[in-house]
Amino acid sequence: MARIVIDDLHKVYAGGVKAVTGVSLDIADGEMIVLVGPSGCGKSTLLRMVAGLETITNGTLTIGDRVVNDLEPADRDIAMVFQNYALYPHMTVRGNLAYGLKNRGVSKPDIERRVNEAAAMLEIADFLDRKPRALSGGQRQRVAMGRALVREPAAFLFDEPLSNLDAKLRVQMRVEIRQLQRRLRTTSLYVTHDQLEALTMADRLVVLNGGVIEQVGTPMDVYAKPASVFVAGFIGSPAMNMIDAGYLRDHGSMPAEMPSGTDIVGVRPDDLLLAKPEGPHLALQGTVALLEPAGAESHIYVTLDGNSAPLTVRVQGLPSVLEGQGVPLYAPLSALHPFNKASGKRTD
Amino acid sequence: MVENDRWGTLFAHIILILGVAVVVFPVYVALVASTHEGGTFLRGVMPLLPGSHGWENYSTVIIEGRSNAGAPPIGGMLWNSFVMAMAIAIGKIAISLLSAFAIVYFRFPFRIFFFWVIFVTLMLPVEVRIVPTFEVVAQLNMLNTYAGLSIPLIASATATFLFRQFFMTVPEEMLEAARVDGAGPMKFFKDILMPLSITNIAAMFVIMFIYGWNQYLWPLLITTDDSYYTIVMGIQRMVTGGDSEPLWHLVMATVVLAALPPILVILFMQRLFVKGLTETEK
Repeated sequence: MARIVIDDLHKVYAGGVKAVTGVSLDIADGEMIVLVGPSGCGKSTLLRMVAGLETITNGTLTIGDRVVNDLEPADRDIAMVFQNYALYPHMTVRGNLAYGLKNRGVSKPDIERRVNEAAAMLEIADFLDRKPRALSGGQRQRVAMGRALVREPAAFLFDEPLSNLDAKLRVQMRVEIRQLQRRLRTTSLYVTHDQLEALTMADRLVVLNGGVIEQVGTPMDVYAKPASVFVAGFIGSPAMNMIDAGYLRDHGSMPAEMPSGTDIVGVRPDDLLLAKPEGPHLALQGTVALLEPAGAESHIYVTLDGNSAPLTVRVQGLPSVLEGQGVPLYAPLSALHPFNKASGKRTD
Repeated sequence: MVENDRWGTLFAHIILILGVAVVVFPVYVALVASTHEGGTFLRGVMPLLPGSHGWENYSTVIIEGRSNAGAPPIGGMLWNSFVMAMAIAIGKIAISLLSAFAIVYFRFPFRIFFFWVIFVTLMLPVEVRIVPTFEVVAQLNMLNTYAGLSIPLIASATATFLFRQFFMTVPEEMLEAARVDGAGPMKFFKDILMPLSITNIAAMFVIMFIYGWNQYLWPLLITTDDSYYTIVMGIQRMVTGGDSEPLWHLVMATVVLAALPPILVILFMQRLFVKGLTETEK
């Protein structure tokens, strides 16, 4: 249990590549923070700096009440779950769980008790005496979790722990990790590139891009009010539609209420409607390029005359439109996200 | 072969049987020769069926030796060979494991330079550097010692490379997990890397044991005291030693006995040996 304070952390690799540039973050005790971003955004580097696997070029890192910049990973009181599990293949599950405790000089009965507790919690008690290679992916994942759990550390660090699992198992483990974290109330830092994982698991999520924080906030805040074009495009699926303000002005449909400096207007696929809503709204005219049924919902791709990128519209059920058919599109003004192209930032 | 081709199968078997015969025949001749009495060979005809003096010949080489021709009983020579082969095999493995560990996991100045230095030693086997090495060993008073027999042969670029290649396939997260688990470098080496390389170590052990056992030139050069003779050079002494005709029946009995320990090593370590050379499981 500990608060983690990341203060102006920088990482510059030997070749001069800047992976992380001035990231600051205050993680409360017991909080689950998800770092999310595309590959190469510095999220893993940041996590590995917290773990002590990468040196910190600049800035201070505090775990609990200690500055841990120069401490070895083992002395930071953290436990890490790796993407490929990194289980010791020659040790049994029990050996894997016990190894870290043994190195710390925990007494035998204590190790025994903690391993059994963790095994029971993760439902891996039945294969404590098996080797990792005799386990399925999901079971290995649990063992990797168990190895972190038995340590009873101040913080858990997860490095894309679910990305090697198949889709179904991923959802299941996602829920389990979240429940476990809620129960144990251990401060956690979780790295993922999957925006859905980020939205569902985080107390607060941190969107990283190019080594800097784009936005920090609760999942719903970030979803409802993305701070930049990047966040708007990254969080939420299908991605937010971006309409050039110049196009709207040319077609006389640019709402007067938009803040000054707005030259991109974003609208989520859910907020684009085929029927005219009540209240002030934006109206567009387009052609259906493709209809994509996806079970409970459907995605309609609509091209606007003179605007190259097609818009995505999400509707419930199967709509009665045909490909090639002209359709009107409406969006309530309250659902529009105004951005500035040069800064990439939100303008309201 | 995918298809069930009768003639192809037959042909393949003939080739294989011929190959086996070529390899096995000399061994068979040695076995047969070791069971005849000395006079048989003076006629210049090699018998192809076993004789009746096997027990006698083997007990002669094991118990009496050929004291009259300057060769001691072979028990001592077998022991010397065993000590030398073990020292070389274990020494080579210990040193190459550690040097591979250093090269793969540590960032020290001139790392690449040292890597290439090790590489260059591949071009300098004992035979090439034998005169200076002899000089060094002589100056260190290691002639006629086990140390002198084994130490100059211990450095091994081949084994270092094998272990280096293996270590590079161990995922980096394994090291990181161990660091998070509180294992220092040597603990990681002992608890994780060594057990993971066990099949490679076994394969190396077999190869290096046989390499050590078969050493001929080096022991011949640095041992003058017959209590340090090794079996392989001992055979040579038996063939050329003394004024009389070589006693082929005893030489062959010694040859057969000399071939046994490497065979035993292979038999005992066969499972691990094959695994180590073929398996790439992580």
